[in-house]
Amino acid sequence: MNEAFREVVVGRHNALVDPSLRIWGWEIPVYLFLGGLTAGILVVSALLALRRPPGSAPSRAVQAAPFVALGLLSLGMLALFLDLEHQSHVFRFYLAFKPASPMSWGSWILILVYPVGVLLGLGSLDAGIRSALLASRPVRWLRLAGPLRCLSGRADAMARSVAWVAMVAGAGLGVYTGVLLGTLAAEPLWNSPVLGPLFLASGVSTGAAFLLLLPLSRDERHLVAGSDLVAIAVEAGLLAALLIGFASGSGPDQAALDHLVTGPQASAFWTLVVLAGLAAPFALEVLERRRGLAFLKVTPVLVLAGGFALRWILVAAGQASSLATIF
Amino acid sequence: MWTRREFIKVGGAAVGAAAVGGGLLTRWYGLDDDPVSDPGTDGERVVPTFCELCFWKCGVLAHVRDGRVTKITGNPAHPLSRGHLCPRGTGGIGLLYDPDRLKRPMIRRSRRGGQEFEEVSWDAALDYVAEQMLRIRERYGPEALALYSHGWGGSWFKHLLHAYGSDAIAAPSYAQCRGPREVGFYLTFGRGVGSPEATDMENSRVIALIGSHLGENMHNTQVQDLARALHRGADLIVVDPRFSVAAGKARHWLPIKPGTDIALLLAWMHVIIAEGLYDREYIEKYAVGFDRLKEHVAEKTPEWAWTHTTIPPDRIVETARLLAGGRPRALVHPGRRVTWYGDDTQRSRAIAILNALLGSWGRKGGFALPSAMELPKYPYTKYKYKPKPPPDMPKGTVYPLADEVLAQGLCLASIPGNAAYDLKGWIVYGTNLLQALPDQEMVKRAIQALDFIAVIDVLPSEIVGWADVVLPEATYLERCDELDTPAYQQPFVAVRQPVVEPMYDSKPGWWIAREIAHRIGLDDYFPWKDSVEYAMHRVKAAGLDCDELRKTGVALGKPTPAFIEDGLEPLFDTPSGKIELYSERLKEAGFDPIPVYRPPREPPPGHYRLLIGRTPVHTFGRTTNNRFLSEVVAGNEVWMNAGAAAEQGLKNGELVVLVNQDGVRSEPVPLKATQRIRPDCVYLVHGYGHDAPGLTFARGRGASDARLMTRYETDPIMGGTGMNVNFVHVERAT
Amino acid sequence: MRRTKRYAMVVDTWSCVACKACVLACKAENAVPDGFCRDWLVEVTEGTFPDLRQENRSERCNHCSDPPCVHACPTGASHVAEGGVVLVTHGKCTGCKACIAACPYGARYVHPDGHVDKCTFCLHRVQAGRDPACVEVCPTGTLTFGDLNDPGSEVSRLLRTRAYKVLHPESGCEPNVYFLTGRPAPAVASDSAGTGVVGVAR
Repeated sequence: MNEAFREVVVGRHNALVDPSLRIWGWEIPVYLFLGGLTAGILVVSALLALRRPPGSAPSRAVQAAPFVALGLLSLGMLALFLDLEHQSHVFRFYLAFKPASPMSWGSWILILVYPVGVLLGLGSLDAGIRSALLASRPVRWLRLAGPLRCLSGRADAMARSVAWVAMVAGAGLGVYTGVLLGTLAAEPLWNSPVLGPLFLASGVSTGAAFLLLLPLSRDERHLVAGSDLVAIAVEAGLLAALLIGFASGSGPDQAALDHLVTGPQASAFWTLVVLAGLAAPFALEVLERRRGLAFLKVTPVLVLAGGFALRWILVAAGQASSLATIF
Repeated sequence: MWTRREFIKVGGAAVGAAAVGGGLLTRWYGLDDDPVSDPGTDGERVVPTFCELCFWKCGVLAHVRDGRVTKITGNPAHPLSRGHLCPRGTGGIGLLYDPDRLKRPMIRRSRRGGQEFEEVSWDAALDYVAEQMLRIRERYGPEALALYSHGWGGSWFKHLLHAYGSDAIAAPSYAQCRGPREVGFYLTFGRGVGSPEATDMENSRVIALIGSHLGENMHNTQVQDLARALHRGADLIVVDPRFSVAAGKARHWLPIKPGTDIALLLAWMHVIIAEGLYDREYIEKYAVGFDRLKEHVAEKTPEWAWTHTTIPPDRIVETARLLAGGRPRALVHPGRRVTWYGDDTQRSRAIAILNALLGSWGRKGGFALPSAMELPKYPYTKYKYKPKPPPDMPKGTVYPLADEVLAQGLCLASIPGNAAYDLKGWIVYGTNLLQALPDQEMVKRAIQALDFIAVIDVLPSEIVGWADVVLPEATYLERCDELDTPAYQQPFVAVRQPVVEPMYDSKPGWWIAREIAHRIGLDDYFPWKDSVEYAMHRVKAAGLDCDELRKTGVALGKPTPAFIEDGLEPLFDTPSGKIELYSERLKEAGFDPIPVYRPPREPPPGHYRLLIGRTPVHTFGRTTNNRFLSEVVAGNEVWMNAGAAAEQGLKNGELVVLVNQDGVRSEPVPLKATQRIRPDCVYLVHGYGHDAPGLTFARGRGASDARLMTRYETDPIMGGTGMNVNFVHVERAT
Repeated sequence: MRRTKRYAMVVDTWSCVACKACVLACKAENAVPDGFCRDWLVEVTEGTFPDLRQENRSERCNHCSDPPCVHACPTGASHVAEGGVVLVTHGKCTGCKACIAACPYGARYVHPDGHVDKCTFCLHRVQAGRDPACVEVCPTGTLTFGDLNDPGSEVSRLLRTRAYKVLHPESGCEPNVYFLTGRPAPAVASDSAGTGVVGVAR
């Protein structure tokens, strides 16, 4: 009964590292999800702005969307902050720019997204809401009425430019959430250039799904649902590319892949990400479009859940299959 | 697919210019601390002393900062450490600052073993000890008081006991450890191996380890020498049922069936003699009994040994040739804890004889014959009383060649009627008898029969719970002890000196012994002010510079020739004055004059032989409460062959219980199902399974092998207790 | 012109007995908090009874020439210091743990004070002309520390004469801790004979 064996005794027992990496708990997937969602809302909102017929007014929901997105991003940044082990040193992010560090890029991108989002939002606001906003107590108290009026004037004048900038910034944010993981060579499951585009596609899809849950106009709904369908299709393709990449990779790559598709995370991955997050909403949306199936709120909810599950599972499985604990 | 580096480079190229500004801001703000920060553990004071985490006594440097010992490093000037330490040596801080240390003297307030004590003043405790000692002397004579002592600080109490009038002084390091080896080598060469073992492994070409697991058994200089041999490309032959760390470095690992080593050793002799590979000139010049030996091993062929040892004949031949090919720089290592099967003196004899055939005794790469540095003894008053011999052999039993007092025997003599006379009191210094001696229940019975038992120790080990009075000793870092002058190739004298003041209300051993002496009228025997004065008196008498010694921790003597190659003419303190391949002395005493192989008892069906050993990080159970050392090893596990475990459906890592032949059950212990051990035995690291309530860290960790050692085979030649004769079966813990 | 140094460590897996003195000496020297370690032992046994092989490795930060942790650090806390030694400036560290995720060797951990901590090659000792604490304590001469840019150094000599490997070479970060794999040449052979060398020192 002598099977060849390899016995490894490891004397390292550092918390959060051994026996498998657990440095990132709920905060990082939440942050990646909310960051991607924000990116998606900005991209789809920008798309709506670009495709809006001249003279037509966006629905209230679409007017609110950029501001809601910034709120969600703030929640995500709160999660990121909560993850820091040395929170009083958070200002250090903004005393340096490290071009090789996605984390550094991200901290600066986050800062840039805010003004872009505000501009995009202001440009889409009804005149009535805008003046009410300018007259509101906090704006007056902060003495922001003048600058805001000036800004919104500019936003109007450059509506299309602002929309393009928002689209680029949103795309940058979406890609960055994937690159953050993708540059980490120690986790084979993350270390893929596909991860950036994948997270962007997933972000756009969740952003669109989020908008679909709001009371949109008929045209808006058609465009947003269409965007979601495209994004889901692209996401599915990128996910397949990611898996195929691992399957054709080295030993650790394949071990990491096994972790995802046959190992401890497999059931969650196949049911939550592939089935519920991609296949089911894709099918439902196709039915809604082609066969006139009534819009079901469950479709965007599935997309959102799937997007969250994707990040949660990748963060967990990536750490579990890290080279740091392969001896 | 892109690698991470390509990825980074693409990203980096795109924004190369941006890099310039990175990090500049923080420098402007003055927010950057010194990137090369010194952790600040170098001492303001560095005190040289020597270690007591085991009994090898390596020279160390203790770093002190703000009154605290921050770290302990090797003393480069000390021949036993040469600036390097074993893991335990670094662990003095874990002992010194162990929160479980005995802090104040205590007197028992309930039945023995009831663990209820009252803290008392030193005066009260010492008066109590003195009163009991006077009472025992008056009622039974001073011989009825025994001292168990293990550790360098015991010298003061040995002196106290001799002055008091008893020679009943024993350590488990003899009959439970090295004893059979010393006797076996003494019978052969007229000299024991000693400690530090006088092996010259550094220069060996071939080294055979018989069950010795050097590297796991971590005696600093010995392992340094073994490593030096490995660096020089020496070949190792490791005979061990377990794939030890040393076996991992061996040219040949011979996974021998436990208990059959003598068969292998005889077969090696057979090959070496039959093929004429032995050192003919050396044997002719120095040895007697060769013809009888030749005749004795004529039939002990590798094929014969194979049937007993399970080692294939061709490997026996190959390893015999390898050994002989390296001679005289070929060493069959004598081992250290050799109390295995009760025939241990004979096995050690066989090892000694084999070394004689290789001509390695007194040769470079074999055994050195070193001398100790001459240092005059302290001019004590002569002991006035001539005590009766200690009652360490049960009535009707004689271990004719025991040359030290038997710890197990003293224990038996404490149960009334067992020996020539009964022991009535024990002083126990630095040894946890409940883990060190086999048959715990017998030890407990003996303790219950005593009039008096005092324990002097640093930590509340199991034996402390059985004491009438507990005297808390200061650790080795807080006291000055006797000077160390072992026989070694580089003779030296080393000083142990206090690094910091004793913590709590602990006191150094010399003070405790002197205070007791003072109370029983033995002041004359302790004429010095303190142990520093005592030690420096000896140093001065030797013509050495006291200040220099205290500054460096060690003074080197002039090496004397330790090898025949260096002009040493070896002397053999045997009846024939030669190496005795055939021992008339053994024959006269009724034993085999040349070792004879007798098969060991087989384990009952479903049982495994229980083997024990060491981890390099701990010294028995003495250090298992040391939190610093436990950072790297904090428990034991039972090794079991993976195939044998699978047959029983047991999985690697699960908790199991060992049950011995007498139904005694171990504590639950994790199973290590491994290819690294034969299927007929299991293995535990010794020293775990503490149940003493005061050991708040070690308590409940791992399993105690001592508890499972309900049986032992006594070596009829010298009274050693062979402990590898216990069998266990393995159950899943419930 | 002053030659730059490239500090490296060579670990002889053949002589290592996995005693863990290196781990404890490091803990004491660097006041490493309880429960954490900056260096550690990996003991690997392969084969089938009774045909077994063992390798003992004393591991630590590899002080990579292309250090992914330094690349990942957003604040510049992780940086390359003298001799290529990778250090963490505690005051700059936010504890974002990107460096821990980036390191393929698991060499980093979060210090209870909040910053990330790791082996420093005992640069504070090295600057004072001493060996790192783990090297100094080692009873088996398993660890050798030195400057790889000095062809006369012991680390350079070992890499010239002995077979060696590095860990996770596929991650491409050019580690500077080398593991000697085979046994040394027999004592009789000359020093430079060496055994099958699988790599060339840079």
